Amino acid sequence: MTRNGGTREGGTRIATRISGLFERLKRDARKGLIAYITAGDPAPDRTPALVEALVRGGADLIELGVPFSDPIADGPVIQRGGERALKAGTTLTKVLEIAAEIRSRSEVPLLLFTYLNPVMRYGLERLAKDAARCGIDGCLLTDASVEEAHEYIGAMHAQGLDTVFLAAPTSTERRLKLVAQYSTGFAYLVSRTGVTGERDSISDAVAPLVRAMRAITDLPLAVGFGISKPEHVAELGRQVEAVVVGSAFVRLIEKNLDNPSLEIQLEAFTRELKHGFGASA
Amino acid sequence: MTPQLDQGGQPPMASQPDSGGHFGPYGGRYVPEVLMAPVEELEAAYLAARDDPAFQAELASLLHTYAGRPTPLYFAKRLSEKLGGARIWLKREDLLHTGAHKINNCLGQALLARRMGKRRIIAETGAGQHGVATATVCALFGLDCVVYMGEEDMRRQRLNVFRMRLLGAKVVGVSNGSCTLKDAISEAMRDWVTNVGDTYYLLGSALGSHPYPMMVRDFHKVIGEEARRQILEAEGRLPDTIFACVGGGSNAIGIFHAFLPDRAVELVGVEAGGRGDSLGDHAARYRGGAPGVLQGAYSFVLQDEHGQIALTHSVSAGLDYAMIGPEHAWLHDQRRAEYTAASDDEALDAARLLSRVEGIIPALESAHAVAEAVKCAPAAKDRIFLVNVSGRGDKDIDIYRENLKELDES
Repeated sequence: MTRNGGTREGGTRIATRISGLFERLKRDARKGLIAYITAGDPAPDRTPALVEALVRGGADLIELGVPFSDPIADGPVIQRGGERALKAGTTLTKVLEIAAEIRSRSEVPLLLFTYLNPVMRYGLERLAKDAARCGIDGCLLTDASVEEAHEYIGAMHAQGLDTVFLAAPTSTERRLKLVAQYSTGFAYLVSRTGVTGERDSISDAVAPLVRAMRAITDLPLAVGFGISKPEHVAELGRQVEAVVVGSAFVRLIEKNLDNPSLEIQLEAFTRELKHGFGASA
Repeated sequence: MTPQLDQGGQPPMASQPDSGGHFGPYGGRYVPEVLMAPVEELEAAYLAARDDPAFQAELASLLHTYAGRPTPLYFAKRLSEKLGGARIWLKREDLLHTGAHKINNCLGQALLARRMGKRRIIAETGAGQHGVATATVCALFGLDCVVYMGEEDMRRQRLNVFRMRLLGAKVVGVSNGSCTLKDAISEAMRDWVTNVGDTYYLLGSALGSHPYPMMVRDFHKVIGEEARRQILEAEGRLPDTIFACVGGGSNAIGIFHAFLPDRAVELVGVEAGGRGDSLGDHAARYRGGAPGVLQGAYSFVLQDEHGQIALTHSVSAGLDYAMIGPEHAWLHDQRRAEYTAASDDEALDAARLLSRVEGIIPALESAHAVAEAVKCAPAAKDRIFLVNVSGRGDKDIDIYRENLKELDES
C-alpha cells in the first residue's frame, strides 16, 4: 500500500460508533470534541455519572483511561488521576464493567486509552471479545508502536474494534504511513513532543503534521496533548476533525473530588470548550 | 593468543538481536510514537559508530587511560581456602574510575552523544553509580547533565548524590511510586519525550527500547573479553561457573557475553532476593515474574494479576528494579544462563566475609554475586569460579553501618 500505487493509507474501515461519529460530523459540517478521563478516578462507581456529564456538555467521544502503574507518556495531572483510580481498586475488568454501564444508557463512542501491559496481562483476544461485548468501540495503547502491534491489531479488528495509533511531530514520513495504515476510526496526532498536560498555546508543530498526514490518508484526524482552552479548540477546529482534551478534565475532577457540583462543573466546562468550535467558523 | 576451544559441535549461541531489537520474543521497541523516530536515529548512529575504527580507537584509549582498563583478574586465595572448594577468581570492575563497571557504558554513550551533536545528557540512577559515571563523562566532555533519582534512593545513597553534584550534574529527586529506579527511569523518559531535539538519554542498564539493551551490552562486553583472556592465561582453561548480580543486568551481560559460545561454562545471574518471597519484598524476576512490557521493552517483569508493575525491595538500590533485561530473559529461556537470588542478609554476610578475608569491600549489588559463589563453593572442589565484582562498597558504607551495628560500637 504505497501512495505511488494510488492507494491512500487507512484502507481498512470498521463500522463502529467511532466511524459513525466522524461520518455524522462530516455530514453536519461539525467538529468533534473528544474527552479523556481516567476510569475509576476518583472511584469506579463515579465514572458513569462523570461520562454522562461530559456527554451532556457536548463531548462526542469518550476516551476511558485504564490506569497503569508506570504511565511514561503522561504528565503529573493524569499520573495523579491514575494513582487515585488504582488506589480505589480500578482494574481493566472494572473498567469494562464501567463501560457496559455507560453503554446501557448512552450511544457515545468509547475508546479505551491505556498502556500495553495491563492489556497483555488480561489477554489480547480476551480483551477484544470482552470489550466488544461491553460496548467499547476501539482502543489506543500509547506504548504499542505500530511495529510491535500486529497481534493486537489482529485481535481488535477480529472483534470489529478500532485501533487508533498516535502520530507525532517527530514521526518520519515512513512512520506516518505506518500509523495511517494501521489506524482505523481516526488517527490521533500528538500536538507536541512531551507528555500529556495543559499548555498555554498550541504548538507550531501541529500545522505541518496535519499537512503531512492529509497527504497520506483520508482518515479523520484528531489532535491532542496540551489542549485545555476554548481558544485552542477554536484554532484546531480549523485544521482537524476533532480535538482531544484530557488533563484539563482530570484537573477539574481532582479539584472537586468531594464537591457535589463536580458533574455540573464538568458539563459546563465541556460546553465552554465545545463553544470554541463556534469561533472556528 | 586465545586458544580455539571445542564448541562441542553446537552452533554458536545467537547473541545479536533481530532488526527490531528482539532477543527471541524479548526486547523490541515499546515507546510512545514521539520517541520512535529518535530511537531509530539512535540505532543508526550507534551502528555507524560501532563500525567506525576511529570511534572504537577513541573509546579504547579512554577506557585505558581514563577509566583504568584492563581491570585485574584476582585470585581470591584466602576466600577459596576458607570455603574449601572452588578456586574463586574476582573480576575487579570495582577498581575502575568512579567505582563500578558503569563507566564503560557511559564513556561509549557520551562519545556517541557528542558524535550526534547532542549537548544535554539525561540519565536515571538507582544506586547512584550510573549517575556518578554519567556526571563524570559529562564533566569530561563538557556536556550538560541532569540525573533523575528516586527520593528513597537519594536517601540511601547520599554520598553518590553529593558526588554527582560535585561533578556538576543536576540531581532531580523523583517522588512517584516507590521512589526508586523504576520511577527515575519513567521520569527520565518523560524528560526525553519532551526535550527530544537536543537531549541524549544515557540509559544505564541493558534495559529499555532497542537499541539500548544491545548497545549497553556492547559497551560492557569488554569485561568478559578481558576476563576470558585473563583466566586462560592464569589457569590454562576456562572457568566452570561465572557469577554476576542482575538488576537490569548490564554487568552480568557484560561478563557473560564473551563466554556465550563456551557452552561448558555455566552462567549464573544473581537477582535480589530481598527480605522474603512475597511480591513487593524482593526484586527476583524469576520468583513470580511474568513476561510484560515496561519502559520500552518486553521481558520478565514483576507485576500483579492486573498487569500493574509491582513494587520491589532490595537492600541494594542498584538491583531494586521490576524488570530483567531482555537478553537475560532470552538466555534464561534458552537455558544458557540460570538465574537465582540472594537475600539481603546473604548479601550483607558475603560483603562482610569478602571484606575480612580479602580486604575488598564490594558494592551491595556485587555482594549478591559473591553470596551465591560463597554458597556454591564448598561443594565445588577443583572447579574454577569467576565472580564479577562489579562495584566497590564505598557508596554503601552507611547501609553497612546500619545493618552491621555490632561493628559500630566503640
